[in-house]
Amino acid sequence: MAYRPTRLRTRQTYSWIGKPLDRKLHYQTYKEMSVKIEGRLPEIDLQVGQFVLIEGDDDENPYVAKLVELFEDDFEPYSKKRARVQWFIRFCEVPVCKQHLLGRKPDAQEIFWYDYPACNSNINAETIIGHVQVVALAPDEVIPMDLKNEKTFFVKLSWNEKKFKPLPPELFAQLDKLQESNPRCQKSMEAKTKSTESPSWTTAEHVVKRIESRHSTSKSRQTPSHPVTPRARKRLELSSFPRTHNTRISQQTSWALLESPGRMKRKVAFSEITSPSKRPQPDGPQNSSAALKTPEKAGEIQQCWAEDDKKASPDGCMILRTRVPALKTTETSEERTFTPVRGGQKSLVVPSVILKPENIKKREAKEPVQDEATSTPRPRIRRKSSLLTLNRIRQQLRFLGNSKSDQEDEEFLPVAEISDSDSEEEEASTPPLPRRTPSSVSRNLRSSMKSSLQTPSKTPKKTPEPRTPRHATPRIRSRNLAAQEPANVLEEARLRLHVSAVPASLPCREQEFQDIYNFVESKLLDHTGGCMYISGVPGTGKTATVHEVIRCLQQASQANDVPPFQYIEVNGMKLTEPHQVYVQILQKLTGHRATAHHAAELLAKRFHTRGSSQETTVLLVDELDLLWTQKQDVMYNLFDWPTHKEARLVVLTIANTMDLPERIMMNRVSSRLGLTRMSFQPYTHSQLQQILVSRLKHLKAFEDDAIQLVARKVAALSGDARRCLDICRRATEICEFSCQKPDSPGLVTTAHLLEAVEEMFSSSYITAIKNSSVLEQSFLRAILAEFRRSGLEEATFQQVYTQHVALCRMEGLPYPTMSETMAVCSHLGSCRLLLVEPSRNDLLLRVRLNVSQDDVLYALKEE
Amino acid sequence: MSSRKSKSNNLIQAEYLSQVQRILRERFCHQSPHSNLFGVQAQYKHLIELLKRTAIHGESNSVLIVGPRGSGKTMLINHALKELMEVEEVSENVLQVHLNGLLQINDKIALKEITRQLNLENVVGDKVFGSFAENLSFLLEALKKGDRTSSCPVIFILDEFDLFAHHKNQTLLYNLFDISQSAQTPVAVIGLTCRLSLSEDRNVRDVLQKHFNVSKSLRSLHTLLMLALNRVTPSHPFMTAADLMEANQLCSMDSKANIVHGLSVLEICLIIAMKHLNDIYEEEPFNFQMVYNEFQKFVQRKAHSVYNFEKPVVMKAFEHLQQLELIRPMERTSVNAQREYQLMKLLLDNTQIMNALQKYPNCPTDVRQWATSSLSWL
Repeated sequence: MAYRPTRLRTRQTYSWIGKPLDRKLHYQTYKEMSVKIEGRLPEIDLQVGQFVLIEGDDDENPYVAKLVELFEDDFEPYSKKRARVQWFIRFCEVPVCKQHLLGRKPDAQEIFWYDYPACNSNINAETIIGHVQVVALAPDEVIPMDLKNEKTFFVKLSWNEKKFKPLPPELFAQLDKLQESNPRCQKSMEAKTKSTESPSWTTAEHVVKRIESRHSTSKSRQTPSHPVTPRARKRLELSSFPRTHNTRISQQTSWALLESPGRMKRKVAFSEITSPSKRPQPDGPQNSSAALKTPEKAGEIQQCWAEDDKKASPDGCMILRTRVPALKTTETSEERTFTPVRGGQKSLVVPSVILKPENIKKREAKEPVQDEATSTPRPRIRRKSSLLTLNRIRQQLRFLGNSKSDQEDEEFLPVAEISDSDSEEEEASTPPLPRRTPSSVSRNLRSSMKSSLQTPSKTPKKTPEPRTPRHATPRIRSRNLAAQEPANVLEEARLRLHVSAVPASLPCREQEFQDIYNFVESKLLDHTGGCMYISGVPGTGKTATVHEVIRCLQQASQANDVPPFQYIEVNGMKLTEPHQVYVQILQKLTGHRATAHHAAELLAKRFHTRGSSQETTVLLVDELDLLWTQKQDVMYNLFDWPTHKEARLVVLTIANTMDLPERIMMNRVSSRLGLTRMSFQPYTHSQLQQILVSRLKHLKAFEDDAIQLVARKVAALSGDARRCLDICRRATEICEFSCQKPDSPGLVTTAHLLEAVEEMFSSSYITAIKNSSVLEQSFLRAILAEFRRSGLEEATFQQVYTQHVALCRMEGLPYPTMSETMAVCSHLGSCRLLLVEPSRNDLLLRVRLNVSQDDVLYALKEE
Repeated sequence: MSSRKSKSNNLIQAEYLSQVQRILRERFCHQSPHSNLFGVQAQYKHLIELLKRTAIHGESNSVLIVGPRGSGKTMLINHALKELMEVEEVSENVLQVHLNGLLQINDKIALKEITRQLNLENVVGDKVFGSFAENLSFLLEALKKGDRTSSCPVIFILDEFDLFAHHKNQTLLYNLFDISQSAQTPVAVIGLTCRLSLSEDRNVRDVLQKHFNVSKSLRSLHTLLMLALNRVTPSHPFMTAADLMEANQLCSMDSKANIVHGLSVLEICLIIAMKHLNDIYEEEPFNFQMVYNEFQKFVQRKAHSVYNFEKPVVMKAFEHLQQLELIRPMERTSVNAQREYQLMKLLLDNTQIMNALQKYPNCPTDVRQWATSSLSWL
């Protein structure tokens, strides 16, 4: 793209402009920086408050953000030049499942204010690519279409991972002002920055409250706080507390105080202890209920931290040792310890901790708490002390994540590659779409934490490691040249007749459509669940109809006619094993990944507990018969969940056979399936004709008789619409082939269609026999003669050979040797014209015909 | 002088000849895509049109090429792909995946192979990571993301297609055909098989539309020509009809008759005895004792012409015949039965025996007479 300098080839140098505005130990703030690109003259000046493009996963679509602060941090291992940004998000970065929430088609240059406080806004300044212009628009304004350059983006709405909202007025005003005002006026800039940060701040506090309440409700002990490290401090700022010079200084001092001989030791210890997390942990708790347990675990951690501290650090955090796992005492002792840094920045002082290898598990186990908290903030009662503690826990977590040294990279890469463990899998895959995993930017707090825990290659680093497969984005290379559009009528017709072309409406299935629609709609309106079984032979439009129903319902829910619902689709044929269905459902429902067994538990818990989801879930299970297992537990569960009142689950199942419930299901399973059945009858010839006509609307490519012919032919045989379409498609090919002028091919006539039908339905055996060699034909004759002689449908090779020799003599053919005849026989066997035993039986091998004798006679007579 | 000249001429000629031989051998042995397509032009045109539509228009297609072994299926598809790749706008746009049912014996391996050949992102080096289920969902998602106009068409070539149909649930085939029938990444699935009954297999949708049929094996023709070619020498510079006849004879030679030619007289006698037993008992199995008795009868009558071997010697000859697989023990005979009484069957036809005897060198007249009729002594 035009605005993307070829970063891979040219070197860029980043340098500060001007003196640091604000200087602290290891930390200086700047207001401007310049980027010099080798071989290009004008340097790019980056100033605080400007909008910039930031290098990301996708070279075509770099991230858009607003510079909030530029600073240099000596503690960053890879790049000391850092920047703090406010993110904007592109539509394509919104998770696919949420994209529909927008309710309209996004404009090409439209971006959204990313109002998601849990997102890491601290980035490596050297990933900034260049300027970009962002224009704020009122929600009702139309995005100007006369775009002269691609560098302009428009922002109308904000996105907070849950819904799209119009920009808050003050923010809008500020953005609006920004694009006109000179970005050099630093004062106003700072004011803006503050105001932009404020909303995120409040939400972050929600988060804290949430965690806190969890802790207090579960009556757990508190986790001790530990000395902060500079990196942990840096993260702190983005979380919830307003930055002031004061805090920083006090941090600094507290750090300096705690910087003790023990620290180095601890660092070493970290690099050792973190590696055991490679071990698969089969039972990492992952959902809310599991999270409730975690505080106890945290307490355990604390205990062993204390133990470790005894050994490791004879310094300031010694006091931890005395900690008893009781809430009150912990608090008091803590207060005492950190009196010098009381006040607003209490929480900033977190003693460092040492984990013993066996406790890593616990530490990881705690993370879901955070997930929960960050994703669903909910105001609750708040106690100051526990808030404090919780903050500390968070900081510890972050600190732990950060303190990973990069020599562990090699060790850690395989973790994500080979691990099958639940927790890791989940973690690696949780952030659904807007996963900012560029070389240096990690946007989600969640993902940043995890990536630092699990895959350190995600932490700031210039050279990207080979990506772990789990983070790979599944995509087929896109084509270099655009696909050609159909040039003539026949090609257009072929395109429309292709099975993949989705018709605007489904003719001839109105009744079925209405039934399914009513069923699902009623369940949605009543907030209940239910099952429906849909059967029909292949190609009768079952899946297409259900898809259509869902599409209509989704439209209706956007118009608020029906309550919103979540739609999930699984296909039995697309699973390697029936139990994998749980994995797929869970992943589509929550984005989490787990093993089949664990996923089943999580789903059961989800559907059995009240209020876990406010929305109804509509689940489509295609090819149900493939989910059959010996125990039938998969089917049982699928039909059992909707019977729970809290589940709010509507299950639509599709299979081919009408009597599947009776035939293969146990009574207890089929009873739960209920009585809502629907059977799709094969299409009649008039329906098939109607389908073809509707597909070829306004396109004169077929003679009317021809369409009728194919409709009747197919209806007489199977009523499979797919086959009908295929035949028509083949007929267009034949037509094109026969008329040599490609520009003006005539209509597809009945003759062409007949040829196609012939091709499709003709027996391949007869053609094969007709085209086989003389010796093969004579051998087939010999088989027939031998069958007639013996009156059996089976003969040994020797018997047939005798007949064969006699026949050849009669017909004047050269004498066939045994070896030759054997070769002929095995050849026919490989075509499955004959069924033969393995040829080691030699003369005694038994031969059977795989075709009816009449067919053979017919084929042989033709000559 | 002149003789020397002719000699050098001869040498040059010989060199040329050997070169011609080499070129011809190469043509016969390698399936070069340059060779002409005789008899399958129509099918070829059809196939290439279809592939072009996938490559250029992004239309999904599926073809099954059916034909007996050696009928040029692989050559046809190779030829078509080569021509397709020569089209400039196609060559950069098309991805190819080659699978063989004999190599990818289950869907798990096949999936890994597809992922590797498509060079998707979960490939690191040559290895594909993740479990079977992960691979499947990854691949499906990858293919699902594409659409007709923007993503690269993928051509799947499944050799020994029938073997893929034996995989559990036919997961791979279902999904490939499902992709080809829905608005996802455009694919062309080309199956090559020699089995005709495939379309009856359950579950695979009836998208297998086109059957190509090419008669008679090209490979055997090539072997025949190779044999004839080997007879070309400087003194005999052109292939003649006689050469071809001889080559044909070599090709169609009865392998068992050749073995019979190398047998000893005693063994021949045993075979003749077995033949008579077969005649008498109508293909019922026999054992050694029966054969020995029959042989004894013959020896007693013609004592002067045939040496009367001891029983262990005859037994040895009998076992030799078994080793040559000219006779074969019946199935399901107990192993611990005495060897003399183990039931056997002859794996030679009467006509074969008679033909072999006629060509057998130095065959005693009595034996020959005995062979024609068991009652010849009367």
